[in-house]
Amino acid sequence: MEKYQNTPQLKRQLLIDTLFRNSTRFFAFLVLALLVGIMLSLLVGAMPTIRQQGLGFLTSTAWDPVTEEFGALVPIYGTLLTSFIALLIGVPVSFGIALFLTELSPTWLKRPLGIAVELLAGIPSIIYGMWGLFVFAPWFGDNIQPWLIDNLGEMPVIGFLFQGAPMGIGMFTAGLILAIMVIPFIASVMRDVFEVVPAMLKESAYGLGATTWEVVRNVVLPYTKTGVIGGIMLGLGRALGETMAVTFVIGNSTIFSTGLFDAGNSIASALANEFAEATSEAHLSALISLGLILFFITFVVLACSKLLLLRLKKQEGRGT
Amino acid sequence: MQHTLSNASKAKTVKSFTRNNAIYRKRRLVNLFNMGASMATMAFGLFWLAWILLTLLRYGLEGLSPAVFTEITPPPGSAGGLANAIVGSLTMTFFGTLIGTPIGILAGIYLSEYGSRGYLAPATRFINDILLSAPSIVIGLFVYEVYVLSVGHFSGWAGSFALSLLVIPVVVRTTENMLRLVPGSLREAAFALGAPQWKVTMQVTLRAAKAGVTTGILLAVARISGETAPLLFTALNNQFWSNMNQPMANLPIVIFQFAMSPYEDWHKLAWAGSLLITFSVLTLNIVARYLGRQKTQSH
Repeated sequence: MEKYQNTPQLKRQLLIDTLFRNSTRFFAFLVLALLVGIMLSLLVGAMPTIRQQGLGFLTSTAWDPVTEEFGALVPIYGTLLTSFIALLIGVPVSFGIALFLTELSPTWLKRPLGIAVELLAGIPSIIYGMWGLFVFAPWFGDNIQPWLIDNLGEMPVIGFLFQGAPMGIGMFTAGLILAIMVIPFIASVMRDVFEVVPAMLKESAYGLGATTWEVVRNVVLPYTKTGVIGGIMLGLGRALGETMAVTFVIGNSTIFSTGLFDAGNSIASALANEFAEATSEAHLSALISLGLILFFITFVVLACSKLLLLRLKKQEGRGT
Repeated sequence: MQHTLSNASKAKTVKSFTRNNAIYRKRRLVNLFNMGASMATMAFGLFWLAWILLTLLRYGLEGLSPAVFTEITPPPGSAGGLANAIVGSLTMTFFGTLIGTPIGILAGIYLSEYGSRGYLAPATRFINDILLSAPSIVIGLFVYEVYVLSVGHFSGWAGSFALSLLVIPVVVRTTENMLRLVPGSLREAAFALGAPQWKVTMQVTLRAAKAGVTTGILLAVARISGETAPLLFTALNNQFWSNMNQPMANLPIVIFQFAMSPYEDWHKLAWAGSLLITFSVLTLNIVARYLGRQKTQSH
């Protein structure tokens, strides 16, 4: 053994092996370092704002590059509200699509429909934005919005949400377009987790006389609960950080307003609109602080999503 | 049941029978309604896809002309095309892929071939999946902070770096998944012949997973060729031809700028550009999926 280890041939191979292993390890480490690097660089860039304003930055509604007063409340509110609308519309639709693809669709239709849904995810976000601005918003403002304002604007408690001018663009339109954009992501996770439900469980329920809906409601959903929530969180993460589609249709207003049809602003769209033109250090730093907040929120949401999906995977390994 | 059936309990049975019938009907109805709703949501999803694609075809074909491919972006009011933006996009996508792919493949190899113990592999896997969905505009901010600020100007290289950072997580994920599909017996056979690990990985495992890894690269290319947000403050835009050290024109940002402008000619060009981007991205997606499908079927 000793003799063979000393041949130059073997030595060379051992050396290459070590080099190879360590270089792959280095690049894996680079992925980790990338995340840390992003956080650090954003933190450094945000430092002037943090030092000057502290937590007050989060609750201020001011946004004036001229007097250099900046607050994050308007874009944070816009980001959260549009993502919330997106989930409100997107989750039931995604659930329906996943249900259709796993339980109802004839086999020959599954593939083409699956691809069609994935194409929805493939369309670049700037196209959603253009379509939203030039086609959807005018149509929505002319045909749907006046009706909503007339019929829901007078309602007690929630009425204030639906008041305003029917401009077409605004936070509701942004949320709706976000919904269309996150549907493929949520639907594809839901479909994947629905497919891991053991056929035996479902067939037992069918054998007891359950209807398809009852099987889904009482067998599939409880079994895949964590995975479904993980998928929804993934969609939320996508919606929060979506930039171009929102920038086109949200209206980019820096004034705080609560109405769904009012123009607003999201973190990503504020960055997209102002960053390249920002000249003063305070303005740049405020924008980078917004980026930091966005990254932090999406990081937490995506980490939760990942943990939930991992939990389902473990349970799947233990099951049956 | 212990006691004999009295008249009363007979009546009860009949009653519960009809009640059961009512419950049964209700269950059928609920089922029917929910299945109908499920089909409606499917139609809802397809409806948007069709609407967007038809809009693109309608306005995009109107704006397409040979000049789009031969002339550079015009000032408002005069004729022109998108040639510099198309070339800029292709160049940056090419370099972005070129930088990101090897890094992604090597990291993917680590995760699948060496990552069975230790903290690094699970941590990398976790972080990689987060980076996969992280907001792309933040990647742009990062490259701005790290590269653009230190060089002092926007450039095509900065754009390529930002795009490469988006390529990495996609390639890492697919490479790891595809390498894991390669049966262990294949590796063991190679080891038994005395091949060192690097040779086994590069010439046996990776080669066996070639189609799958290619699928991942294509998906990554499809993803970055439509990305706008990370280019906003890295490559910026340019009205003219430029090299990689200058701000560089690219389709997504030209579309953004032209669509937001009040000029009719610019809108037309923006639609033409949108049509080009969307159909190349969708074609890439379909080709990638087709390749991936062949791979899984041959197993």
